[in-house]
Amino acid sequence: MRAGWFAVLLAGALALALVFLTLPIAAIFLEAGPGELWSSLGEPQALDALKLSLTTSAIALALIVVVGTPAAYLLATRSFRGRELLVTLVELPLVVPPAVAGIALLAAFGPEGLLGAAVADAGLQLVFTTAGVVVALTFVASPFYLRAAQAAFEAVDPSWVGAARTLGASESRAFVTVVVPAALPGLATGAALAWGRALGEFGATLVFAGSFQGVTQTAPLAIVELFGSDFDAALALSAVLVAVSAALLVAVKLVAARAGTGLAGRGAGDARG
Amino acid sequence: MPIHSPRAALIAVLAALLWGCGGDAKGGDAGEDGGALTIAAASSLRDAFRVHGEHTPGEERFSFAASDQLAAQIRQGAGPDLYAAADRRYAEELAAEGLVEAPLVFARNELVVAVPADSPIRSIEDLAEGGRALVIGADGVPAGEYAREAIAALDPPLREAIQAGVRSEEPDVKGVVGKLLQGAADAGFVYTTDVVAAAGALRAIPLPRGASPAIEYAIGVVASTETRERARAFAEGLLEGPGARTLAEAGFEAPG
Repeated sequence: MRAGWFAVLLAGALALALVFLTLPIAAIFLEAGPGELWSSLGEPQALDALKLSLTTSAIALALIVVVGTPAAYLLATRSFRGRELLVTLVELPLVVPPAVAGIALLAAFGPEGLLGAAVADAGLQLVFTTAGVVVALTFVASPFYLRAAQAAFEAVDPSWVGAARTLGASESRAFVTVVVPAALPGLATGAALAWGRALGEFGATLVFAGSFQGVTQTAPLAIVELFGSDFDAALALSAVLVAVSAALLVAVKLVAARAGTGLAGRGAGDARG
Repeated sequence: MPIHSPRAALIAVLAALLWGCGGDAKGGDAGEDGGALTIAAASSLRDAFRVHGEHTPGEERFSFAASDQLAAQIRQGAGPDLYAAADRRYAEELAAEGLVEAPLVFARNELVVAVPADSPIRSIEDLAEGGRALVIGADGVPAGEYAREAIAALDPPLREAIQAGVRSEEPDVKGVVGKLLQGAADAGFVYTTDVVAAAGALRAIPLPRGASPAIEYAIGVVASTETRERARAFAEGLLEGPGARTLAEAGFEAPG
């Protein structure tokens, strides 16, 4: 009996969390019929927005992974003065409201911003362009990947790297052949979170890049615009976005799980050998 | 004691949840006479309504957004006490659906092309020069609908040049103002009241006579309100005395 109430509390909390988190998502699909869902994909505005969301978020994710992976590795493996400060600075966009992120990007890269002249001299235009959407998505989604990647690298047993080094591998070779494969499940989870955040981005994109069909109007922006005029269309596009995001999440989890089991098998083999 | 405190906490949480549900079922505090009057109003009314609220007895809670977004929320069951739209047709549509009671036209506004105060753009013809970044309200948003109406009434070469220059369609008129104040856009279609509110940061270029749409604001008591008298008093207060003066100072014109 004594032990019982705590288990009930845990189960109750989980049940409450589950209902609260899944009911609104389920409601989207219950309210939007399959016919409406299908016809919403025939709308040029919805289709353009989905395409733009997928391409800009994929480009942002590629940038995040290419730059973020080595950066996170450095933060995870080196100790130096001010490291904690750097980690905090890198995580800062997590707690900045998206609209504030958009204003910050304008203040930095906008035509009248700190680096506005430099951006213009470089022949770049970010405000009102697809490139600006990518910048906004990269800014808000990066910390999700950096955090997960740093944690994943910290969890890699340093003795594996040491073993690779004694076998004559350079640090860069050990990083590619030993560390990254070992950290892959964590890296994949971080990438999935960052991608999901990028797909859902609204405020920073609107404030920094604007909203124009086919150029800067991503799916979340189109949903808000449709909400005013056509609730059913907004609902249908929401359902599609949820389905795409969920599919991404599941795919990444599957990949990560396979990588994880492959690695565990190899690790066990190493231990035996 | 270590066993009692979590249990007490759990009971407190459950009690709070049940209390919350009960409160909702009765319509919440906002519906009672002592509570706040909730007012869903067009973004362009922000400054004027806040000032009018200070001159009106009781507390108000405002929700400012594009009129079409607020109408959609009311259709989805959101229950403010008052709805004020930047286009009387939005309030009249809700009235026809039985969601809002007899809307009252309380002000008129004017659509203008706004440019940053130091802009070289002097006339509407200057907008046709290449490379101008223009911003308008989105489709369905009153400011966006008025802008489309105005652009459609211009001469074809100017009309096409302006249409080609549109870089962003903002979800409400304050989004257009923001893009102008940040120097992101060269010109935008906003209300004359937005230029007044920008206190010198923006300059208004009037539209040609034939291209200026008639803009009438309407306010209506939401049918589900429980504070009909207070809501009506707020709305009627806009027509005369301090309320009408507040609107005039913000740049609105009296209803015709």
